[in-house]
Amino acid sequence: MTTEQRLQELREQAWDKGIVAGRGVDVTGGPILGRSGYYGQPIVKPPVWTWEIPIYFFIGGFAGMSAVIAFAGLVFHEIDLARTAMWLATIGAGLSPVLLTIDLGRPRLFLNMLRVFKYKSPMSVGAWIVFAFGACVIPGVIAFELHAQHIFGGGIDQFLKIFAHLLVVGSAFWGVLLATYTGVLLGVTTIPAWFLHRVLLPIHFGTAGLGSAAALLELLGHRIASLSALGFLAAATETALWIWLEIDKHGAADRALHMGLPSWLIRGGEFLSGPLALILRLTNLVPLAAIAFLLGAFISRFGWIEAGKVCGRDPEAVFASQR
Amino acid sequence: MAEDFHAVTARRAKCRETMIGQGTQSTNQRRHNYVQENVRVGFFTDPTVCIGCKACEVACKEWNEVPDDGFTWIGNSYDNTGRLGASTWRHVLFLEQDCQKGNQITGLMGLSDAQSEDPFRWIFLSDVCKHCEEAGCLEACPTGSIVRTEVGSVFVQNDVCNGCGYCIVSCPFGVIDRRPQPLPDAGGAFKCTFCYDRQKSGLVPACAKVCPTESIVFGRLDDLRARASQRVEQLKQSGYEDAQLYDPQETSVRGIHAFFLILGEPQAYGLPPKPQVPTIYLKSAWTSALLTSIAALIAVLGAFLFFG
Repeated sequence: MTTEQRLQELREQAWDKGIVAGRGVDVTGGPILGRSGYYGQPIVKPPVWTWEIPIYFFIGGFAGMSAVIAFAGLVFHEIDLARTAMWLATIGAGLSPVLLTIDLGRPRLFLNMLRVFKYKSPMSVGAWIVFAFGACVIPGVIAFELHAQHIFGGGIDQFLKIFAHLLVVGSAFWGVLLATYTGVLLGVTTIPAWFLHRVLLPIHFGTAGLGSAAALLELLGHRIASLSALGFLAAATETALWIWLEIDKHGAADRALHMGLPSWLIRGGEFLSGPLALILRLTNLVPLAAIAFLLGAFISRFGWIEAGKVCGRDPEAVFASQR
Repeated sequence: MAEDFHAVTARRAKCRETMIGQGTQSTNQRRHNYVQENVRVGFFTDPTVCIGCKACEVACKEWNEVPDDGFTWIGNSYDNTGRLGASTWRHVLFLEQDCQKGNQITGLMGLSDAQSEDPFRWIFLSDVCKHCEEAGCLEACPTGSIVRTEVGSVFVQNDVCNGCGYCIVSCPFGVIDRRPQPLPDAGGAFKCTFCYDRQKSGLVPACAKVCPTESIVFGRLDDLRARASQRVEQLKQSGYEDAQLYDPQETSVRGIHAFFLILGEPQAYGLPPKPQVPTIYLKSAWTSALLTSIAALIAVLGAFLFFG
């Protein structure tokens, strides 16, 4: 019920704040208020990428680092582990191009990415990394399986072994780049929340990829000390990166990382794959630690993309980053 | 009767010549061979003579057959276009500011006390793709769809673009965007073409051609820069003390081909004060990625060596 007193309150509120907030009278977003920039319009454009990209970051991350673990497994004669790891890499090598293609505005022109190589464009370098990774992993896993199952004998088998080993080395080389270049992809843009953290992002994505690969292999039954050590390392690094992110604040320029939905996605992700995974590992709850790490790595990728969208729409973030 | 008709026509032609800037002698109306002669060209946009007619927006849409981008009412002063985008290549800004424009006399002129009236100014500026000397979109494009033309402008080859969206987050001015479904040619990235098709035939870009006050001037970049500096001086002498050029030559963008004269701060026009091309971040980001890669390889091999 509106009384004269309520009307008086509204008048005072309008006088004091220049805006009256409340049900039905909320004019937030109206053009009357002095808003930053040109009527609060974005200065840079927010990314148009949808859900495919964070999932690709996650899958590419663990697939790339799985190839590195496969290489180490080969060097240290853990052949079973190497085989499983190569299959994980294969999942990534198969799904990554699909996810990237679905996200394109014109998926049928995907191959135009391979028309040129531009070293100054992380998107171009990345497309070639995905391509080279697939070109190593897919024939690699076939040769590896043919050799492991002893389908052929004699000289052919010997050739397959050498061929498979060479391709695993290639997979590891391209895999480690696949897991880390995604940080460069976000860091080399005009979105302040991304480019201000261009050093942190490749470390974060690489670590998340490595921890996820180790966690998946552990969940698939490879409960060995070396993977556990990698799990510890990844969780400890994620904890340190979280602290770094909380300290390295840039005011309005990267406030998308510290308030609202993206901040909670990033914090939630870092909590799961950082301190929580670490504590669960210390208490010997390895499968739970692995699941926590995977969930965290997954959520935080969404957080970073979402932060880019929020930050890109915020004119003050761009002005603050150029002060 | 016949004589009268000729007299009227002649008077009209005379009128048109004197009214519209330099008339047919203006670089906005003359044919040229800039593309054939590899001359660097540009736009100089001067809001102090803009009347906010939006002829540039209409001409751009019509000539380039750009689809509509929604008929939403925004109501930012007389601006219902909002911002540049995939289907908006010219955008007239309408600024309402609480300050004096030049040495205008504020107040209601006799109806009330002039001294007590708040100063107010209304500024119109036609915004466009800046065609950067060091273009973020061009560097980022992974398909080679975005190219530099003979006249120094930045051009998107629509049939090559696969819509990856990386140019969008690489433009320091937020110009280029992906055209959404169900518009014609949806999925590709679009922006101002600098009317490259017209320029190849010796014609002036559509927006400059139609501008009735020569607020948009098309011509040789060097000539325009000289003309712009002169104009700033002229305005300053006439009391426009906050007149300045917006042409970021000292940042990594290294100057723009479509530059502006502005009154006051660039922020109010939605222009970034210090635009940077994202390629300047390549070194630190890749260093971090490569060191992380090496560290990851060492960590994995080390884990297997010591715990295996």
